[in-house]
Amino acid sequence: MAESPMRLLPAVTLENQHFWTGGAQGELRFLCCALCKHLIHPPAPVCPECLSRKLEVATVSGRGTVHTYTVNHQPWYPGMATPFVIAVVELVEQPGLRLTTNLVNCPIEQVKIGMPVRVVFENHDPVWIPLFEPAL
Amino acid sequence: MEVLERRAAITGLGQSEVGRRLGRDPLALTIDACLEAVNDAGLTRADIDGLSTYPGGMVPGAPGFSGAGIVDVQDALRLNLNWYCGGVEFPGQLGAVINACMAVATGLANHVLCFRTVWESTAQGGGPRAGIGAGGGGSFRASGPMQWTLPFGAASAANWIAMMAQRHFHEYGTTREQLAWIALNARRNAAHNPKAIYREPLSLEQYLSARIISTPFVLYDCDVPVDGSTAFVVSRRERARDLRSPLVGVESVGCALYGRPSWDQFDDLTTMALRDAAKMLWSRSDLRPGDVDVAELYDGFSFIALCWLEALGFCGKGEGGPFIDGGARIARDGEIPLNTQGGQLSAGRLHGFGFLHEAVVQLRGEGGEHQVPGTPEVAIAAAGGGPLGGCLLLTRG
Repeated sequence: MAESPMRLLPAVTLENQHFWTGGAQGELRFLCCALCKHLIHPPAPVCPECLSRKLEVATVSGRGTVHTYTVNHQPWYPGMATPFVIAVVELVEQPGLRLTTNLVNCPIEQVKIGMPVRVVFENHDPVWIPLFEPAL
Repeated sequence: MEVLERRAAITGLGQSEVGRRLGRDPLALTIDACLEAVNDAGLTRADIDGLSTYPGGMVPGAPGFSGAGIVDVQDALRLNLNWYCGGVEFPGQLGAVINACMAVATGLANHVLCFRTVWESTAQGGGPRAGIGAGGGGSFRASGPMQWTLPFGAASAANWIAMMAQRHFHEYGTTREQLAWIALNARRNAAHNPKAIYREPLSLEQYLSARIISTPFVLYDCDVPVDGSTAFVVSRRERARDLRSPLVGVESVGCALYGRPSWDQFDDLTTMALRDAAKMLWSRSDLRPGDVDVAELYDGFSFIALCWLEALGFCGKGEGGPFIDGGARIARDGEIPLNTQGGQLSAGRLHGFGFLHEAVVQLRGEGGEHQVPGTPEVAIAAAGGGPLGGCLLLTRG
């Protein structure tokens, strides 16, 4: 089993650096409304709930559940090792706050919707890619 | 409230040669389709005063995704345009036709030529389908919405839609054996369409043992890239009375977007943005799903067609699996004939426009071997998946 695909890395910008570099401190970070505390993802210049423009960066627990997943078998790029698990993880802090990610440290046949997972980071300087593994 | 789109009618129909790796100039394919549509309507190019297309000529995307743009066709045919619009941020590919309906309804144009050209088969050659960002080299960096999927090898809509199908399987007990019938029905219909790409029979056993792309999708759940162009003339009804071909009226359109336009943040991952477009379509008509005689629903991936069936109310939410199981209800002689030309899965990825083409063919009774029984009066054409979706309810005459 190939745990990780070949990674195309994100371009780090002022708007997304809290997300893509938080792993250096072992932290999963989101933009957060300073007034109503709604977590905002992807980053936006305004809170979609209360329209406040006063935003801050918040660290979440890194815990979530597998909302859905797929086992990818198709090598989309030359040299891409397959199969590997792509998942959408919903974080415990807010219903609907989800990340597309990979599940690692877990045999493919044991992946289940609803399974609890926790974040782990894979470093590709300067980026830290948030992946998820089973939480016991 | 006047339903403004009822001022519009589809009066002309054209389609180029369709095939794998034709090696032809995509603008030449486009002109073939466009001139056929103008001629089919009984018009000349001097009558065409509007031009509409998806996704326009200047978009990035997979090689061959955009075949020709507004300026290419305007210049090639030296059209005198009072209105034109080409772009990609539309409610699905058929958004270009919905725009045209509005242009004729509001009087900005009398006869709008609409086209969509793909040449993905020639442009992508004989190799495997490439992921987004492929060929960018080591310096490629994902930005915009793609930054949230590409770093995880989720490089294709196949992955994103597969996860929606998996969630549907989880919540409603839908199975691969059920989903298969979108593909098997399409192939069954393609056998009667001389222009379809894959016409040989496909069995459930072949489907279940096919090469896995991204679970639960196998090869037959994914559409087939082709070269080809499809064109329509959309006319203001009062200018359409004496035209050559049987009139197809626009009863209502759906172009709504209420949920988040995102592959993973949409509120309900067992469906997609098409849910909102479908809801809007019925809100603008007194017709009901039971009135529809033929449904041509986007199947870029099999699961999208299942979502359209549910969203449009041909069955209940979550009941799509049992509804299509066995393929009788969606057969050409069934309750609601689906994708009578073979869909994009078997007839080729004409990217949305093929469904509207087939809906008009059926309402005109020109389907030949793949014509549905009886005299269909009402059809639906729907296109788009994921964050895009748009649909048209059509009537004969």
